[in-house]
Amino acid sequence: MNPRRKKRLTIVLAIVLGLGASIGLLLFALQQNIDLFYTPTELVKGKGKQEVKPEVGQRLRIGGLVLPGTVERSQTSLQVSFKLSDAGGGIVTVLYEGILPDLFREGQGIVAQGELVDANTVSAFEVLAKHDEEYMPQEVAEALEGMEHFKPEYTEAQLQGSGH
Amino acid sequence: MWKWLHPYAKPEASYQLAGKFVPWFSVFAVVCFAVGLVWGLAFAPADYQQGDSFRIIYIHVPSAILSMGAYSSMAVAAFIGLVWQIKQADMYVAAVAPVGAVFTFIALFTGAAWGKPMWGAWWVWDARLTSELILLFLYLGVIALYNAFSDKTMAGRAAGILSLVGVINLPIIHYSVEWWNTLHQGATITKFDKPSIDTDMLWPLLLNIAAFTFFLGAVSLVRFRTELLRREQRRPWVQQLINRHSQARG
Repeated sequence: MNPRRKKRLTIVLAIVLGLGASIGLLLFALQQNIDLFYTPTELVKGKGKQEVKPEVGQRLRIGGLVLPGTVERSQTSLQVSFKLSDAGGGIVTVLYEGILPDLFREGQGIVAQGELVDANTVSAFEVLAKHDEEYMPQEVAEALEGMEHFKPEYTEAQLQGSGH
Repeated sequence: MWKWLHPYAKPEASYQLAGKFVPWFSVFAVVCFAVGLVWGLAFAPADYQQGDSFRIIYIHVPSAILSMGAYSSMAVAAFIGLVWQIKQADMYVAAVAPVGAVFTFIALFTGAAWGKPMWGAWWVWDARLTSELILLFLYLGVIALYNAFSDKTMAGRAAGILSLVGVINLPIIHYSVEWWNTLHQGATITKFDKPSIDTDMLWPLLLNIAAFTFFLGAVSLVRFRTELLRREQRRPWVQQLINRHSQARG
């Protein structure tokens, strides 16, 4: 390789690596802000090493799995409440008034946006359904029931609601 | 080692070589599209959870993968153009950028159309969607830069630097769903594990990815040849080509 090409190669590589490193550091620093939502555990126990907890009244998104058996619908209005959890075991109650997405069901991952009304209750104005990356026909899904889908386990105390 | 490549650095030779690939790529693209789309949209089984709506995957995933594939090829060309200063590399950058931009737009559009019925939202500012949108802006930036200079050597250099710098966005797009929590689900097929999609649904998807790849190849090579002719229009070999064509027609 002749010296001029070598020089250009060095300059180009230096620009790309330098920018790559700085953007990497930038994203690392912004890590917590890029997350779309808090998980229930992060909301209950605090997020990151500093265990930052969101303040009551803060607008945020919360994402987790709908706990089976916790969906309560009002008989007279569109009001609904349900509990969300994740692998860490935190439980958060979501209150919502409106039409839920088609994919909403017990055990489904959802992301709700709203206001934190107390330590572990979110009053949501938007509920989005999150689906996983697995695709299969109905028959296969039935045959495979109980495959490695995430199944949370909870203690009685957690299900009674965690008093802070 | 690279001596065999040297003859293709002649504009005329690369014009002819690109011309040889175009018909093959087009035929493969048409065949894969015909089989893959009909198989995927009509015969593949419906998803257990999303029903028939999941079929948009047969457009969404190939265009998303190829929006990144086109960008990688553009960046490799830009790298070659900057270091070895081969002008055909710059022309390829200019040729592939609009195609990649359209693929990115298709991925974003079909993603929105899929997100509305499944998630409940057209758009969410999560890491995957946002970084893919940035990819679209990178493409538009490359196109704009290339067209902003009347001196095409300068234009190629400027567009090349931007496309090379933008490469940083590719791993961010790919890993966004792992590094951060997002509404977008994780990778189904572009991972080292076994694909998390049933085989009956996977085959048409792979066929569609192949179709998009050949389509991308064919369209960018046609555009490359046009760009080559436009920039070399005063050269004798282009004049000869024009004379031969007009004689054949007249």
